[in-house]
Amino acid sequence: MSLRNIVVVYKKELLESLRDRRTLISSILVPLLAFPVLMVGIGELASELYMEASHEPSKIMILGGQDSPDVLDRLTKVKNLRVVPASPNYIDLISNKKIRAVVELPPGFQASAERGEHLTVKIYIFSGDLKSTFGATRIEKFFTEYRDERLRRKLAAEKLPEGLMNFLEIKQQNVVSPEKVAAETYGGFIPYIVILMCMTGAMYPAMDLTAGEKERGTIETILSSPIERTHLALGKFLLVVTASLVTASLAVISMGTSVTLLSRFFPSHVEGEGLPILPIHFETVIAVFIIAVPVAVLFAAVLLAISLFARSIKEATSYLTPLTFAVIMPAVAGILPGIELTSKLAVIPILSASLLFKELVSGTYHWNLIALMFLSTSIYAGIALFIAVKMFQRESVLFRS
Amino acid sequence: MIEARGLSKRFHNKKRGEIRAVDNVSFVCKPGQIYGLLGANGAGKTTTLRMLATILEPTDGTAVICGYDVIEQPEKVRASVGFLSTATALYPRLSAQELVEYFGRLNGLDEPTLKKRVDDIFNRLDMNGFRDRRCDKLSTGMKQKTSIARTLVHDPPVMIFDEPTVGLDVMTARTITAFIRECRDRGKTVIFSTHVMSEVEKLCDTVGVIQSGKLLAEGTVTQLRDKYAEHDLEEIFVKIVTPHYVHVEAR
Repeated sequence: MSLRNIVVVYKKELLESLRDRRTLISSILVPLLAFPVLMVGIGELASELYMEASHEPSKIMILGGQDSPDVLDRLTKVKNLRVVPASPNYIDLISNKKIRAVVELPPGFQASAERGEHLTVKIYIFSGDLKSTFGATRIEKFFTEYRDERLRRKLAAEKLPEGLMNFLEIKQQNVVSPEKVAAETYGGFIPYIVILMCMTGAMYPAMDLTAGEKERGTIETILSSPIERTHLALGKFLLVVTASLVTASLAVISMGTSVTLLSRFFPSHVEGEGLPILPIHFETVIAVFIIAVPVAVLFAAVLLAISLFARSIKEATSYLTPLTFAVIMPAVAGILPGIELTSKLAVIPILSASLLFKELVSGTYHWNLIALMFLSTSIYAGIALFIAVKMFQRESVLFRS
Repeated sequence: MIEARGLSKRFHNKKRGEIRAVDNVSFVCKPGQIYGLLGANGAGKTTTLRMLATILEPTDGTAVICGYDVIEQPEKVRASVGFLSTATALYPRLSAQELVEYFGRLNGLDEPTLKKRVDDIFNRLDMNGFRDRRCDKLSTGMKQKTSIARTLVHDPPVMIFDEPTVGLDVMTARTITAFIRECRDRGKTVIFSTHVMSEVEKLCDTVGVIQSGKLLAEGTVTQLRDKYAEHDLEEIFVKIVTPHYVHVEAR
């Protein structure tokens, strides 16, 4: 095995890749800019929209309540509620966002409330619509205060302590560190991003170094040189692994920097929703990087083998696009709640990495499962690399017409 | 020295079944001589030369180049060969110098030798004006010179040219033919394929006529003229191949 020749090929491929605009965009620019743009840009936009919705008065309608003038009168005076005349087509009006919510009072509401009878007030909304939710919340707040005021008066009349209104409080208390909560809540996005970026970073170089060589007519040039095809395949493979890891690392660095900057300059965006910040420690980054190596190796080998089969970059793209979906599915599993790394799942490629990344981010280290995942993924990567190298020795693949 | 011994190559095609691209071809090409492989499109010239350059492996038979067997020692064969064809393109994002250096390194040259060799070749081929220019910015003539420099960088004793002048303008084609002659004058073993009769007449010491993968005739141009009682090489070629001619698309 001539390491020198592998290094010669690697250096040449690196030089060419660094001069290729498309590789630079897909491997460096996209991972560096995607997160600041997504997090700051979309975060800012979402925040603007939220603020706008929270300040906009909600147009609502009241059904019934003619026998409850006091309640109607007070409801129409609530800040940020604008009552419109009742109409039988209120469902259409909500659906078309002409009004945000409709409240229906049962007959004899006020009198029944005075007598302390059980009452149900219905609020009709457009589920999922932010402005409808704001309207409903404002109505609900009004009736909660109305109910509490009645109750407080009753208790005072009966000379009972006001504490009876809420004598039993049920409270959930988190006992896990904020870091683990954050990891459980949205830590799954990190493995998703790492896996996706490992794939994205490897994809274009893999196509360029194989199908691209065929397309440009350089494959015959290089095959006429004395280098062994195994060395040629390994030199190219190392470059694709490098691109994969660089892209994934840049994505993680960019994501970490974006969160830090966001929390520093726009603290409300990060903390306002009650989500704890996920601190990413240096050792976690190193652990994620080490686990990403066999994943990158697996992607690089598979992508090289498939791309080499194609006659042009266009053909390679059509082969690799469906593969992206096959990778996204297990990668998304890391985001789904309830799925945890077990010895059975640790041998499923990509899914095991996704779940393991999530555990590492939360600071959980199950060494036996880490070893199992590393070993199994390394075996799959080794098999894929073996196939890729064999493909480089097949004339029917290299000179496919 | 090139010695082809019953070289054969079969391909399998889903629609057309087995194709005998090269069928039991044998010939010898000696140092200081140019062997011309003359044939129509699809005759088997490129496949033969690709087997000699070890880009393709023979299905049957073999060839020995500079004492190395193309099947047993392909890397040593390639280290002894400079292969140039219109299909051997240049890496567009490398400069002319980087490209030649890359192939020098792949041929195992150490850095001081490589530097000296590259300087010599660039001076000889008058390439210093564009040595740092990227290959995708070079003119056709500059590209051909760079390709020549690539094949020469390891100073191989055997040169293989597969239709090296196809699609080139007269001046660039003349550069190539001059280079082929120079290789012979330097004592290299040269084989080249063509379907241009004038190139054969001007360059070749020995001609092999190939059609449907078979070597149908061989000899010097004078020997072929005497044998077929024709002066015009094109007429001779037609006489030889007509009984065996099958249009490439029909094959």
